[in-house]
Amino acid sequence: MVEFTLWDIARNLLLAMRWTIVLSLVSFVGGGLVGLLVLFGRIAKNRVSRLVSKGYIELFQGTPLLMQLFLAFFGLGLFGINVPAWLAAGIALILWTAAFLGEIWRGCVEAIAKGQWEASASLGMSYLEQMRYVVLPQALRIAVPPTVGFSVQVIKGTALTSIIGFVELTKAGTIVTNATFEPFTVYGLVALFYFALCYPLSYSSQILERKLNVAHRNH
Amino acid sequence: MSLIEITDVRKSFGDNEVLKGIDLDVEKGEVVAIIGKSGSGKSTLLRCINGLETINSGSISVGGAQLMSEEKQLRQLRLRVGMIFQQFNLFPHLTAGRNVMLAQTVVKKTPKEEARKIAGEMLERVGLGHRFDAYPEELSGGQQQRVAIARALAMKPDALLCDEITSALDPELVAEVLAVVRQLASEGMTLLMVTHEMSFARDVCSRVVFMHQGKVHEVGPPATFFTEPKTPELKQFIGVH
Repeated sequence: MVEFTLWDIARNLLLAMRWTIVLSLVSFVGGGLVGLLVLFGRIAKNRVSRLVSKGYIELFQGTPLLMQLFLAFFGLGLFGINVPAWLAAGIALILWTAAFLGEIWRGCVEAIAKGQWEASASLGMSYLEQMRYVVLPQALRIAVPPTVGFSVQVIKGTALTSIIGFVELTKAGTIVTNATFEPFTVYGLVALFYFALCYPLSYSSQILERKLNVAHRNH
Repeated sequence: MSLIEITDVRKSFGDNEVLKGIDLDVEKGEVVAIIGKSGSGKSTLLRCINGLETINSGSISVGGAQLMSEEKQLRQLRLRVGMIFQQFNLFPHLTAGRNVMLAQTVVKKTPKEEARKIAGEMLERVGLGHRFDAYPEELSGGQQQRVAIARALAMKPDALLCDEITSALDPELVAEVLAVVRQLASEGMTLLMVTHEMSFARDVCSRVVFMHQGKVHEVGPPATFFTEPKTPELKQFIGVH
């Protein structure tokens, strides 16, 4: 029987972790862009676009991410479209991230005091000008901590893509376990690597939050 | 023709009729104080004049232009009437100077250098020329309110609406803001102000309007208004018997 050193295990896991990182980045950036669309739909004056956005958010927040992955992976296959696991994983995670970021950012926009809207309106600004120069710059500041905080959820969310066969950290853990029969060591390392990715993010989110409160101490 | 013409304006919030047919004309250069109990509709009236609230019926015109609900016309009208709020509503992410510059560059498309120059002049006018680069949170309430006045003035409005602009201030800061308003009045700015500062209304205003239960209850020059109130409601409000 072949003996595996701890380094063998760790090295294989680290190689697979690249894909966890890539998938997280793609989901976060793509989800951020789609999330902006969702946000603008959600706070638009047009009733239809508000409803569509709201429906989208409720759909993706109200179903498990795993089901969304299954639907993206198997669903399209029903129509004869062969979807590789990486594509299904990317699409599902982008859409899922967009729903949450859109809703988080909506909260941030709505947290801006009504007086800011009124003051800018009374100076003759249009809706877009109010958004661009008054509301969004302020909303952006309060959005940073929860957005960074949510990126942790995205990283952990990528673990689910192992189930549709995308080889990232978790899937690599399963493969390595099957070869080494050392589940505790392997999954222990997997957990440790996730922690190494996520902890700096949640920590910086906390720091950012504290910084922001300092800026607002006079209010 | 009067600068601001308010004719039979009615406004309801749900079943609650807040303005029950208001008629009021304000001439150019006039300083009008609106007083009355809370809930009498004073602030709502002011907010209707620059379209922050839409009226249910009646008409409001400023300098001959009708107040419309159509977005573009509404913005045009807002350039002619500045508004100053109880809570200052400065933009906290911008310095005092940038607060005064923003709408000039964005709405009026004034070149940046000129906007900066005007902003400097306006801040100077309210005695804050030296605080151009200060953020709102670094300023006292009275200073913030003066920046808000400078911000409204920078748009060169025909009239200013002041909505209880000293009510959120500590007593010792009220005077500095009122001094600025007094100076504007002496320079001929048209002012329509909701206020609780009775002595200020008496000194500075050309007319005082008493609102009661959504109507203009009594109007008069300050000389006789406070000393010889005609209606029992006003007598009770100002405490003359």
